[in-house]
Amino acid sequence: MKTFNYHSAKDVKEASKLSSSSSAFLAGGMTTIPSIKLGLASYRDIIDIKGIKSLSGIKVSGKSIKIGATTKHVEVANSKDVKKAIPSLAVLAEGIGDPQVRNRGTIGGSIANNDPSADYPSACIALNAVIHTNSRKIEAEKFFKGMFETSLKSGEIIEAIEFSIPEKSNYQKYPNPASRYAVVGVYVAKHKSEVNVAVTGAKSCVYNDKDLAKALSSNFSSSAVDAVRISSSGMNSDIHASGEYRANMVKVFAKKAVEAC
Amino acid sequence: MASLVGSRVERKEDKKLLTGRGKYTADVNFVNQTFAYFVRSPHARAQIKKVDTTKAMKAPGVVSILTGADIANDKIGGLIAGWRIKSEDGSDMKVPAHPPLANDIVNYVGDHVAVVIADSLDEARNAAELVKVDYKILKAVVDTKSAMGSDQIYKDIPKNLCFDWLLGDRAKVKEAFEKADKIIKIDLINNRVIPNAMEPRAANADYNPSTEEITLYTTSQNPHLARIIISAFNGVAPENKLRVIAPDVGGGFGSKIYPYAEEVVCSWAAKKIERPVKWVADRTESFLSDCHGRDHVTHAELAVKNDGTFLGFKNETIANIGAYASVFGTVTPTYLFGPCATGVYKMPAAYTNVKAVFTNTAPVDAYRGAGRPEATYTIETLVEKAARELGMDPAEIRMKNFPTQFPFQQTLVHSVDSGDYVASLNKAMEVADYKGFEKRKRESANKGKLRGIGLCSYFEACGIAPSPVVMMLGCGIGLWESAEVRFNPTGNVTVFTGSHSHGQGHDTTFAQIAADQLGVPIENIEISHGDTDKGPFGYGTYGSRSLTVGGTAIVKACDKIIAKGKRVAAKMLEASVDDVEFSNGEFVVAKSNKKKTIGEIAFACYLPGTYGEVKSPLPEGEEPGLKETSFFDPANFSFPAGSHICEVEVDPDTGETKVVKYTAIDDFGTIINPLVVEGQVHGGIVQGIGQALYENCHYDETGQLVTASYMDYTMPRADNFPEFELGFTCTPATSNPLGTKGCGEAGAIASPPAVMNAVMNAIGTEISMPATAEKVWKACNQNKKKNSEAA
Ligand SMILES: Cc1cc2nc3c(=O)[nH]c(=O)nc-3n(C[C@H](O)[C@H](O)[C@H](O)COP(=O)(O)OP(=O)(O)OC[C@H]3O[C@@H](n4cnc5c(N)ncnc54)[C@H](O)[C@@H]3O)c2cc1C
Repeated sequence: MKTFNYHSAKDVKEASKLSSSSSAFLAGGMTTIPSIKLGLASYRDIIDIKGIKSLSGIKVSGKSIKIGATTKHVEVANSKDVKKAIPSLAVLAEGIGDPQVRNRGTIGGSIANNDPSADYPSACIALNAVIHTNSRKIEAEKFFKGMFETSLKSGEIIEAIEFSIPEKSNYQKYPNPASRYAVVGVYVAKHKSEVNVAVTGAKSCVYNDKDLAKALSSNFSSSAVDAVRISSSGMNSDIHASGEYRANMVKVFAKKAVEAC
Repeated sequence: MASLVGSRVERKEDKKLLTGRGKYTADVNFVNQTFAYFVRSPHARAQIKKVDTTKAMKAPGVVSILTGADIANDKIGGLIAGWRIKSEDGSDMKVPAHPPLANDIVNYVGDHVAVVIADSLDEARNAAELVKVDYKILKAVVDTKSAMGSDQIYKDIPKNLCFDWLLGDRAKVKEAFEKADKIIKIDLINNRVIPNAMEPRAANADYNPSTEEITLYTTSQNPHLARIIISAFNGVAPENKLRVIAPDVGGGFGSKIYPYAEEVVCSWAAKKIERPVKWVADRTESFLSDCHGRDHVTHAELAVKNDGTFLGFKNETIANIGAYASVFGTVTPTYLFGPCATGVYKMPAAYTNVKAVFTNTAPVDAYRGAGRPEATYTIETLVEKAARELGMDPAEIRMKNFPTQFPFQQTLVHSVDSGDYVASLNKAMEVADYKGFEKRKRESANKGKLRGIGLCSYFEACGIAPSPVVMMLGCGIGLWESAEVRFNPTGNVTVFTGSHSHGQGHDTTFAQIAADQLGVPIENIEISHGDTDKGPFGYGTYGSRSLTVGGTAIVKACDKIIAKGKRVAAKMLEASVDDVEFSNGEFVVAKSNKKKTIGEIAFACYLPGTYGEVKSPLPEGEEPGLKETSFFDPANFSFPAGSHICEVEVDPDTGETKVVKYTAIDDFGTIINPLVVEGQVHGGIVQGIGQALYENCHYDETGQLVTASYMDYTMPRADNFPEFELGFTCTPATSNPLGTKGCGEAGAIASPPAVMNAVMNAIGTEISMPATAEKVWKACNQNKKKNSEAA
């Protein structure tokens, strides 16, 4: 491991000020630390934000749930409030990685990293999330830009993620048998005026499958999914799954999710 | 005292191991220690044009950088192939040189090029990045099947062929096939797997310039073998100047039987720089450089009569042994594989032909079951296919061809001393509720799932092995085992064994044996292993041999102790030796109440005198002390056998396969500790299911290892399995006084075919391991297509 300077920030302002082009925030460290250890990344400064109290916690209002950026996966999975308001979100958190990862990894770190096979980005898209940062609010659709790419600017810190509570929702995932990341994850959410079908793992970045969303908006049933053709073009293909298999899984899971809603 | 053999004594070693108080090689540190980091080849095949260490040498903390040229200068010998195999045409196998640090060529990704030694690990690693190696990249040979027709890797080894070996009689097989009603054929891939011991390999070598002695701590299943190889073949130090200690070792599965380049280099380097040199593999290095397992491409045929009687069998296999011939790399696909190829059946004629090929991949060596899983996978999937094609029940076709007379002369080599294959299959069918399968299948179908059932009846040859036999077959070492039973003056006991425990529970099982033999409470018995300076020479642990061979050596050493004890007791009790009987820890004079405990005898042996008078308790000419050594060379292998039945549920929409029911009925002869044995069976089954459904070592066409981390290499996890239903039948082995047969590998031998037969039964299509979701989904799709075309 290459050496770096370690800072423990007391508040968001300090954390933001310390950041530069060769720094990383340390939330759960479940992405950052393995990357440093494997020599895939190196930083001059590591800015620990775990001690910033205002970044953690879960708040429910009538229409939405707001989850602080450094809230751990295990906290979301076990939260009574989340389980009541958006049960599928708790289920998603419960299915991330393994207990070690869930006991350290955070929601803010997950979406800031925007791994193409991470789970939370699909929840953000399906649940019309708003990403609150120290300088603005960003709609999920505009936040996830591409593979490992977001609209966060240098020094910008995610403070919380606010999810709209849908009428019904469900998340289905085929975990990579090795890592348990999503090979394909499909998050279906039925809101009052629309349906979202967010897909993760299948392409280079999470996306809302407009064809499925449209079909389900007019007829929220699994038979509506049957009529939609899912093309494998643009789908990821690797040793774990071909594009063709991923395309199949999107459809199978969309149906399963609708049936389970 | 009640007998301990057969009881579920909790593992003595677990308290230490489960509370983090085990001591592993990585836990060993020396004053003034340095750290080694290996520069490894990033290419699968290349010529080394130049290694430039100038810049790296100037990096902070660097003590020394050693390369292949230094190894050659110091005349350090290469790594060895421990078993000499002859081809069918009588010629010797061909093996390339394998220097511990590559000199002019590298042959797999991870091959050792240089070692950087520094004051800290970080400094060593950072400096390693500065070592400049100029490579001329060559086209890599990766694929097993096409290796013989690909570029030639080594100048003197045409067709990349190590040997082309035959066991059996081609002419007889031809005759048998001519008489057949039907010939069943199968093409299989036995996927390459990576052992993944929980503890990565490590070495820490300390050199004392005054005594010229090296002490090497290392992760070994077999420290005496490491010492003799590093001394006699690598020439690092004479045997009396090399002490090898394998302390607690966290699993091996075969991958730690023999020394690797790293141990040789650390020992040699410690001597050179006169400072201790420590190396601990990181997980990536383990993936890249531990010897892998399996990797066969097989075509097999079975000649049958319409009534299901087997007439003949042939097995044509290409075995990928990787870039170099590793220590047991050549015996694994031959004598550990071929003799078991015909399975548990009467087979009038058979042969096995194995072509072992070199490729630009990590060397392949023994991995849990070594050869027997490959053999069993082939015959058991073939037999299942025969049943399908003949319209017979898979259990019925097996029963029909089981031998019922023992000893049973098996077709290719072995004379199997004992067994009852009918009994174990019957019991397995009963425990698994074989009859109720159709009902369960309908229930699964109601949920939209395809349910399948698969059988596997296996036997294997383990407890290796009779030394004269294995040496006749080309083995470079003997395979007996040693034990020393040492009474301490106060009556407690230390037992030294030449075998080595790295998860098998010897501290408990061996202590149970000694406790029963000597009548000493188990808590007064310590088992010591793993230090070449403590116990006698031994051959370590692998091939499910420790109990049958090493355990028997303990029994024999105890016999000698008791014989001496009788002589001493006779003198002390003023009786004739013939009248002294020993039981429950007491020497008793027949038909009297005169007795001495074994503790009293031990005390007398160590303090042979009496206060106030010149009088010895020892008979005239008897030496003081109470310690005996025994070396046991078995007369035969041992032959565990059994039947496993697996049920799976497949989701045809996603191809996901779940093992929902698993029954294992094994015959391990006498069982010393059922708790330990069940643990071994669980581990074996899990490893086998891992190979069948999840694990797969994947090299791309350039020879890069794609599955070099747990992000991509699927280890099975607890949530992948149902509860296993285990049971036992027992026909004691006749080749050792305990009647034991060995249980360490059986699970890994029996489970892959049981699982694959179940998967193929569920989906109705042949597929090869691992049955990953996508592969199964594709097969289901093809079936759907076929069915709709037919309709
Ligand atoms: C074995 C393993 C399995 C995993 N399996 C899954 C899985 O199944 N599904 C899944 O979704 N994920 C999985 N993960 C990833 C896991 O969820 C990580 O926790 C997550 O991706 C990163 O979160 P973190 O809190 O650990 O972030 P860190 O590693 O601490 O940080 C990651 C990045 O995010 C930035 N960052 C962190 N917090 C903020 C913030 N508040 N504002 C702005 N930037 C910030 C950092 O600068 C850094 O660049 C797995 C990880 C591992 C190691």
